[in-house]
Parts: sequence; structure tokens; C-alpha cells
Amino acid sequence: MGGRVEFVQGNEACVEAALYAGLDFFAGYPITPSTEIAELMSVRLPQRSGKFIQMEDEIASICAIIGASLTGQKAMTATSGPGFSLMQEGLGYAIMAEIPCVIVNVQRGGPSTGLPTKVSQGDVNQARWGVHGDHAIIALTASNHQDVFAVTVDAFNFSETFRTPVILLFDEVIGHMREKLEVPAPGEVALVERLKTSVREGVDYHPYLPREDGRLPMSDFGGVHRYNVTGLFHDMWGFPSEKPEVVHGLLRHLVDKIENHVEDVTRYREYFVEDAETLLVSYGSAARSALHVAVNRRQRGERIGLLELQTLWPFPAALVREKSRHAGYVVVVEMNMGQVLQSVKAAAERPERVFLANRVDGVLIAPADIQNILRLIQGKGV
Amino acid sequence: MAVKEYIRERFFPHIWCPGCGHGVVLGGLVRAVEAIGLKKNDIVMVSGIGCSSRIVGYMDFHTLHAIHGRALAFAVGVKMSRPELTLLVPMGDGDALSIGGNHFIHACRRNIDMTAIVMNNKVYGMTGGQYSPLSGYGTMATTAPYTNIDQEFDVVNIATAAGATFVARTTSYHVQQLPEVLEEAIRHKGFSVVEVMSPCPTYYGRKNKEGSAVDMMERLKNTTTPIGSKAKRENPSLIERGVFVKKEMPEYCAEYQKIIERAMKGN
Ligand SMILES: Cc1ncc(C[n+]2csc(CCOP(=O)(O)OP(=O)(O)O)c2C)c(N)n1
Ligand code: SF4
Ligand SMILES: [Mg+2]
Repeated sequence: MGGRVEFVQGNEACVEAALYAGLDFFAGYPITPSTEIAELMSVRLPQRSGKFIQMEDEIASICAIIGASLTGQKAMTATSGPGFSLMQEGLGYAIMAEIPCVIVNVQRGGPSTGLPTKVSQGDVNQARWGVHGDHAIIALTASNHQDVFAVTVDAFNFSETFRTPVILLFDEVIGHMREKLEVPAPGEVALVERLKTSVREGVDYHPYLPREDGRLPMSDFGGVHRYNVTGLFHDMWGFPSEKPEVVHGLLRHLVDKIENHVEDVTRYREYFVEDAETLLVSYGSAARSALHVAVNRRQRGERIGLLELQTLWPFPAALVREKSRHAGYVVVVEMNMGQVLQSVKAAAERPERVFLANRVDGVLIAPADIQNILRLIQGKGV
Repeated sequence: MAVKEYIRERFFPHIWCPGCGHGVVLGGLVRAVEAIGLKKNDIVMVSGIGCSSRIVGYMDFHTLHAIHGRALAFAVGVKMSRPELTLLVPMGDGDALSIGGNHFIHACRRNIDMTAIVMNNKVYGMTGGQYSPLSGYGTMATTAPYTNIDQEFDVVNIATAAGATFVARTTSYHVQQLPEVLEEAIRHKGFSVVEVMSPCPTYYGRKNKEGSAVDMMERLKNTTTPIGSKAKRENPSLIERGVFVKKEMPEYCAEYQKIIERAMKGN
């Protein structure tokens, strides 16, 4: 890579990536452990004619980025659990109205105010189902700063490709830990720009009529096409409609445009998975400890591997099924009560062979914690 | 341009009840926009949720029918990104001052250039007649069957206290004053608030025995008076109409442009 090398926090890596992806607008409200993202954006964005605003709360923040996105801007907000809860209605709006934007949730312990400064991965299922009503969602995560950078750029690209909000689900350890980051040179990583309509002025533009490939070319607010955007079920003009066929068609479109592209949005890493008898499945900061265990035990000759998920939603069920097919045990390593565990069990051929190694006390799960579970499963006692 | 040039005729007839004041606000807005000579492509209209907020669907601008109470927050994102656009933000009284009260006061405080129109029918019309923060003590509502004990906000006072740099009140009855006040509000560089008292005969009127839609219009005429009028001095219970506040303050987007210049110079 021809870029510059930095020694940064994960939150900073996320900022670097968002700017690299072409971020124009950031609105946010301070909350630990995501605040550095807002602070850095307030410095960096105006240096390149971008806009930063600290809104009155997280509800306003997500609403503001949706408004900005409608004018053709790449827009983002960042928060943590309590703020993410407040953002759910706006998130649903962005899903329904198909507005590209990126929402970062640097997870801390919950529920409620929970553990403001401690790590957790407790919002995985909220990212999937925090919004009311049927819908599909893309949520990405990472375990190191190079990958934080990569998935953040992916998030912007996916949001433009699929005209949808994308969630970045980091955690306190990743957000605050410092490590090396190589920022790629401009042009080194492909960026997806907004697909704009080619319909000329004066010709009827249908903002919500998908092309054959399912994509919806947009027209910026302030441009030559005037149309309506609403959170109600709507027809191809964006005008409210309750016709059963319109409602059904839109809901199917919203789900299919993502669920039909699971492979395209699946990002993962694998370590020694090929012949693994014991397969660890992990993500985010927990995957660092899982990798440590896998490497150590491999060195001692054990057939153990790690599947590190970066795309959590839509859940890459086919991938998990494939990679776990030959494993005698699957152990999901995460810092919650088993949120990804549920999805892995649903995906695995033999769900009774899927176990959980977790910690839910605000402390990063350690290799020793995982070792203890492995010894129990393998009948060796603790 | 003819008035109907500003309207999406395709989507008529509108959803409002006969006698609803909201349609008059639509007419007033069109006339104000026409008088200023704004281009339709340069206007973004953002609303929340409610009978009032459905206004955006009928207007041939860039229209954003947002979520309940949050219209101003969406509008801030649009305006900051494209400061050259004209932002019109019609909201219901519940929308603007109950669920959206926080966004309302902060938009006033920031003095961001846009026009907030509070279509005040003193009730939650869309959900069927519950009391709003504008209903007032002693009124009746479907959720105040024994009379309402909630005290009301005064839109003009709250906007003024929160720092709005243009504050006015008019009614759906005063069809001459309505477009004039709206025009002045839109022309004002800063955050403008226009309260339009707009009757809901279907719920507020019926629950409070205010008679027909015509009776309610007449009431708007009889219970309001120009600011500082002799009638007001003689009868303090009259509600004043007109422009209460008009002052110059640094506008938010213009100020942010200065931030960009400073950031680019590296200080
Ligand atoms: C978050 C949320 N809460 C409640 C509602 C239900 N709701 C829709 S409109 C409305 C009130 C409308 O009253 P107002 O803003 O005064 O507008 P009006 O209908 O009177 O013009 C409510 C409570 C909603 N849509 N969203
Ligand atoms: S319910 Fe009231 S506010 Fe709603 S359209 Fe009817 S009259 Fe107007
Ligand atoms: Mg109302």
C-alpha cells in the first residue's frame, strides 16, 4: 500500500476511512465510547468544506444526516447504546425511504446507561431488529484497525449501492485501543458514488421505480426533479399508498434488495478453518482473543480454526454452514448472552454441537476464558 | 405563475376534512412563494406527521414527509448541505411543540435560515382529537374527558424566548395577512416562526362545542386582533396577530462558512 502509516485509536481509523470514502456531512451527539469520532469530525470535515454539526440529541442527529443525504451528500453519525436506541425510528425511516447513510455504534455495556466506559457486544440483535416492522439491514464489524478502515469504506459503498442505511457495530475496545493503521493512497480502494438518474429535466422521474437490477437512481434535492419522500408506504412517485399490491411490492423490494445479495456484502476472515475439528466463530474485539487461542493451540498441533465474521447482518448463514460442516465443535466467542450464537445455531448442520464462550461483565474476553470453555467441551475439566 | 403551477394536481383531492383550516395554509404558502418569485426547484419543504404535515404531498417542491416531531432536524441537514435552498417546514402543534419541542427550541436558538410554520389547531387531529400542548386548560379532548388540566404553551412566547429572529402569528381566517406574513418570514434571513391558528372542526370543534367550520372561522376573527390594537387594550383576552419579533442575528450556515474558512487556513 502506498498510503501513510498512523498509530491511532479505532475511532480514528473509522474517521480516516469515512473521509477516505468521501464523507461530506456528520451530525452527532456526544456519548462514550464514540465521542472521539464526533470530535475528530469537527476538526477534519470543515478542512475540506464538509459540514459537522452537534445536534440536540441522537434523534436529531440521524434525522439531519438523512436530510443531508437527500441533497446528494455522503452522511454519517456515530453513537453508542443509549443513542442507538434513540435512533431507531430514524433508522427505520432511512430504510423505508431508501436513503444512503452510515450509523456507527461503538458498543458499550447495556441495557440503559449500562457500562459507559466498558466493552460489550450486546447490540448485535438490536442492530438487526431495533427498528419496528419487517426489514433487512446491513451491519458490519471489525477486530483491528486495518479492518475498521476497510469495513467503514465498505459501509459507505454498500449504502450507496443498495440505497440503504448501513450500521457499523464496533465496540469499546476497538474504539479506544491504539494500533497501526495504514491509510491507503487515494484511489487504492474503490469507492461507490451515488447512482444518479439520467432522466432529463421535464421528463417524468420515478424516484421509487427500481431498475431491472433492483437499483434506484437518485435525484438530489435541489436538482431538476421534484418528488416526495415519505416513511409511509409509497408508490413509484414517493406518494403515500395503501394499495395492497404497492405495500407488498415495496416491502419485498426492501428485503430482497439486501437478502438477495448476501454474498456481495459478506466480509469475513478465516484462520486454519480448512481442517479444523474445533471451529471458533467470533467478531470484533472478542475475535482478537479467539485468534490468540487458535494460533496457540495450532502451534501445539490441535486442529482448531477461527472464522471471524465482519458482516453480521444479513447473517452469512451459508458461509457459516459451509465452514462449520466438518467441525466437531463450533464455539461462538462473543461478549453478550449469545446473540450471534442464535444465528450460528440456526445456520449449522448440527446445532447441538454449537457452544458459547462469552463474558458479559464489561471485561474483554480473554484467551483463558475461551480455553476454559474449550476444556469443558472437550471433557478435560477446567 | 398560476397558483396551480405550485401544486401536484395528480394527488388531489386532498385528505383534509371539509372546513379544515390546513388547506388555507397551503393556499397562503403558494401565494407567498409566488409573490417572492421563488423557483420550485429551489424550495425544499419538510414536514412531520399529522394532518397538517400531509401538506407537503400536494406541493410541487422537493418534499420530505419526515417522522413525527422531527421535521426541523431533517431540515437542518438539508439546509446545512445546501444553504442556497429555501426551507419551508410546516408542522402541526403537537408535531412542533410536543414530540418535536426540543428540536423546535434548538432550531430557534441556532438561527438557521428556514421558515417553521406551526399549523395550530390545538389538537392532535390525525390521531382523532387528543389534547395537545396547545389545547389549553379547561378544554375537552378524547383523552381529557373530564376537561384538560394541562396548561398550554404560547407559540410566540416560546419561539421568542428560544431565540427565533422572526416570530409572527396569524390565522386561517385572515387570508390577506397569511401570505403577507409568510412572505416576510421566508424573506427573513434567519429562523422564522409563523403560528397559523387553523381550525379542526372535526375534533377540536366538536369536542369543545365550537359549532360548524364557519362558526370556528368566525371565532378566529372575533378572538384575535392586530398587535397593540385598541381592542387588545380594552379586552386583554384577545389573541394578537402580526409580527412580534424581527431582528438580525448571525445566521448558522453563514457562520459555518466562516468555520470552513478558518479550518482551511489551519487555525
Ligand atoms: C413517534 C410517533 N408517535 C405518535 C404518532 C402518532 N401521531 C401521528 S400524528 C400525531 C399528532 C398530530 O397532531 P398535530 O401534530 O397537532 O397535527 P394535526 O394532525 O393536528 O394537524 C400523532 C400523535 C406517530 N406517528 N409517531
Ligand atoms: S381531523 Fe381536523 S385537522 Fe385533520 S383534516 Fe380533519 S379537520 Fe383537519
Ligand atoms: Mg394539531
